[in-house]
Amino acid sequence: MSGHWEVVIGLEIHTQLATKSKIFSGASTAYGADPNTQACLVDLGYPGVLPVLNAEVVRMAAKFGLAVNATVARRSVFARKNYFYPDLPKGYQISQYELPIVEYGELFIRDDEGREKRVGITRAHLEEDAGKSVHTSFAKSSGIDLNRAGTPLLEIVSEPDLRSAREAVAYMRKIHSIVRYLEISDGNMQEGSFRCDANVSVRPRGQEELGTRAEIKNLNSFRFVERAINFEIERQIEVIEDGGEVVQETRLYDSDKDETRSMRSKEEANDYRYFPDPDLLPVELDDAFVEAVRATLPELPDAKQERFVAHYGLKAADAEILTTSRAQADYYEVVAEKTSANAQLAANWIIGDLSSLLNKEGIDIQESRIGAADLAGLLDRIADNTISGKIAKEVFDAMWSGEGSADQIIEARGLKQITDSGAIESIVDAVIEANPGQAAEYRSGKEKLLGFFVGQVMKETGGKANPAQVNQILKEKLE
Amino acid sequence: MLARLRLEDGESDDVVEKLSRIVDFVDQLQAAPTDDVLPMAHPLNMSQRLRADEVTEIDQRDFVQENAPSTEGGYYLVPKVIE
Amino acid sequence: MAGKDQALHMRTLASLTRGLAAGEFSSRELTEALLARIESHQPALNAFITITAELALLQADRADKVRAAGNAGPLNGLPIVHKDLFCTQGVLTTCGSRILDNFVSPYDAAVVERVAAAGAVMLGKTNMDEFAMGSSNETSYFGPVANPWDKKLSPGGSSGGSAAAVAARLVPAATGTDTGGSIRQPAALTGTTGIKPTYGRVSRYGMVAFASSLDQAGVITRSAEDAAMLLGVMAGHDGRDSTSVDHPVPDYGAALGKSVKGLKVGVVRQHFDEGLDDECAARVKDALKTLEDAGAELVDVDLPNIGLSVPTYYVVAPAECSSNLSRFDGVRFGHRAEDPEDLLDLYCRSRGEGFGAEVKRRVMTGTYVLSAGYYDAYYLKAQKVRQLISQDFKNAFERVDVIAGPTAPTTAFAIGEKTDDPITMYLNDIYTIGANLAGLPGISIPCGFAAGLPVGLQLVGPHFAEATLLASAHQYQQMTDWHLEAPGDFE
Repeated sequence: MSGHWEVVIGLEIHTQLATKSKIFSGASTAYGADPNTQACLVDLGYPGVLPVLNAEVVRMAAKFGLAVNATVARRSVFARKNYFYPDLPKGYQISQYELPIVEYGELFIRDDEGREKRVGITRAHLEEDAGKSVHTSFAKSSGIDLNRAGTPLLEIVSEPDLRSAREAVAYMRKIHSIVRYLEISDGNMQEGSFRCDANVSVRPRGQEELGTRAEIKNLNSFRFVERAINFEIERQIEVIEDGGEVVQETRLYDSDKDETRSMRSKEEANDYRYFPDPDLLPVELDDAFVEAVRATLPELPDAKQERFVAHYGLKAADAEILTTSRAQADYYEVVAEKTSANAQLAANWIIGDLSSLLNKEGIDIQESRIGAADLAGLLDRIADNTISGKIAKEVFDAMWSGEGSADQIIEARGLKQITDSGAIESIVDAVIEANPGQAAEYRSGKEKLLGFFVGQVMKETGGKANPAQVNQILKEKLE
Repeated sequence: MLARLRLEDGESDDVVEKLSRIVDFVDQLQAAPTDDVLPMAHPLNMSQRLRADEVTEIDQRDFVQENAPSTEGGYYLVPKVIE
Repeated sequence: MAGKDQALHMRTLASLTRGLAAGEFSSRELTEALLARIESHQPALNAFITITAELALLQADRADKVRAAGNAGPLNGLPIVHKDLFCTQGVLTTCGSRILDNFVSPYDAAVVERVAAAGAVMLGKTNMDEFAMGSSNETSYFGPVANPWDKKLSPGGSSGGSAAAVAARLVPAATGTDTGGSIRQPAALTGTTGIKPTYGRVSRYGMVAFASSLDQAGVITRSAEDAAMLLGVMAGHDGRDSTSVDHPVPDYGAALGKSVKGLKVGVVRQHFDEGLDDECAARVKDALKTLEDAGAELVDVDLPNIGLSVPTYYVVAPAECSSNLSRFDGVRFGHRAEDPEDLLDLYCRSRGEGFGAEVKRRVMTGTYVLSAGYYDAYYLKAQKVRQLISQDFKNAFERVDVIAGPTAPTTAFAIGEKTDDPITMYLNDIYTIGANLAGLPGISIPCGFAAGLPVGLQLVGPHFAEATLLASAHQYQQMTDWHLEAPGDFE
């Protein structure tokens, strides 16, 4: 990217709230039902039906507000955003406009230089999702499925504080992590429960005034966010450098072609004619409500990370990785608390071996085939020298395959480390005797050959001898 | 147009003429002094009641779609939308 | 008091209740008699969009069985009709519009549910101005309704079918809705009793919305006593309507006996300014005198901003209606244009063909006043003036118990007389709109005749003062017989 240009990005993240029923009706929000089987009269915009607000969405929005250090509005108002589209059954979307439920929040990410950076959260407001249009199944028609219509969304709007695609992704990941910590959203991006629109502009470095922005709609993976923004930045710089002007417009990211393109067709004069929804009254929250919600806040990623560093002595980077998801952090804590092994060792195993297996199988840590207590059991055997780290990996794989606990596998496969000095000594003696030439060279100063002898001893013992002991005994015997 | 209404030929002149009379008529509001007056959206000063998060609706699709002009496979059909 | 010797169709709900209880006649006999009367007068009056004869007889038989078993509810076996914007399960619900001319509601409105649960028998759905937008019943897709007092005249609107049916003694009671006067004005023009309760008093669930912050369901009957009876059943909290009020419903019937002695009756000077027909003014003044003679105290009150109520209304109501009517798009229900070229064509033609001229005007007015650049000047401004008007009433009710005056500026006018000028038509509601803007209860009762046509007296009270309005109206009806007068052809 040209150093001459400064990039300015703001994100609007749409988080589906994990309620059982819809924001304004008693229809189920479960994903994947047959078309229109979860669209009740309210969701269908039938004549005469009326919206009634779900208490849980209010509680969830307030919880989010408190988690990002925002103001939870004591009075917020639902408005109608009017436009015609087939997946919008009433011809308006119920949303919050002038008085949202959450305002003035913030969170912290690492910027491109690794420094802590504050990102402002302008507001978060409640709204209903629209339905879905299916364009491919019918010859001359589009099919409308309104199951998703009325699903509660929390739209989280950032300040234009982000300065690169990587920062945007870091911010989005942080929000993703927070909403899952709070258990207000499943954050499932494939199912569209967590998606964002990115407002991107560029300006010459040092210029106060913002450049004209383009809005990239409906990005539903972290990778797409990064790629779409990067494409868009380059496109805008190119337009300006070629003497053109960036047009304020909505663009769509095409992941197949890895490019954004204009959606002008859908634009037309966007006049949403917002006005307060007369079917709904102002949402008024008192201090008691807000405090009751505050009492349910879990420890959040930043606090947990700090605690992991302070309490377990972890490296900051490792603590950050472990606390990305609450489930992973919880898993780590169980292991760290149960095992007698070093807490950093526990972190290494989870970030390394366990994560790569989980990734490979595409499953979450809750579904791990090795439970936290079992992993702690394995680490205990490393700590008490029953097995070496190398053998531990073999045991770990066997545990993953369901062969039993660490102890059972060590026993069954006879992997117990040899720690009996007498036994090791006799093997060492035999090895030295079998390699008199190398022994002489070592004694004449070629100390590098120690490794050779260690290798030989390990080979003889099938890797089961305690490496530290082997080292020490070899040194003594070769003196 | 925003309202998505098609007017018949001959209807539109009349509509425009009457609309302008309506707008002239409501323009008398402009004279009212309303500094420091709070806008009133509801007749009663009440706040929103909240509903428990429970699934109370059952699937009535087939029954409800008896009113729909065009459906197939459970979908409502509209002329193809080009995105 | 109406009694045994009267024909069934001439009797009030109260009188019919006694007759049913005494076994003078069955609900089936009553239902058959009224259905026959409805059928014979439908061609001339056009008060109904749908007559539900079969369903009515089923309900009547059930009511007779329930009564025999000793479980009669408060309206058991009594005939009633609903304005055709209350959703009725399995029955056509058109709102007087082509866009819903094939719409069979899959559910019952709260009002319909409550009235049915109390044992009432529904005889049909009444004609109305399209989506309740009108003051003459001429905007109905199903044709205008005739006023039983003179069939060349309009019965008023938008609940014109309900008012005409009650006035013509086709049915003792009807539901209606009132957004700017749509119960009270037709009641005045047909010599019936019509009450619009406090906003939020009756659930709006299942009542197809015109302007959500103004709409309120109410009743049209032949006496305040009957209105109290029916409203008592309809009123009450409903969790399905966020704007429904959770406030106990008093026993309106029990409150009727309260005398008007000491009642402070506010008289608004502006109500007698130019625009009010002299004869109508005289009848209303007579009525005020009657109340005064009975011990009420007349107090002059001022509503300084009331003159802005009509323009305020014609910003707020169209704004809300333009949004409320967006759901009629030809996709999930209702009229759909044939062979649409594309989505835009589907919308524009379905709506263009489905809505009549007045509805289109209001949708377009509403779209305009909400659009970028005009929102502050019109919509926001109107909301502020609405606050001022509301405050005027509040101030007045610190000094008086009710405000009395004319319901409408004139008696019934000829069908077609005002259709060319929307503003003249809108000014019909000049005395009624204030109560909608402020969410207040209002009642219109007959108070005499001008050139042979009924004149209405309107009483408006503070929020939740329905019992006071009904009692005052009832007391007035004990002192006068205007409400007992039936149009000549319909006795």
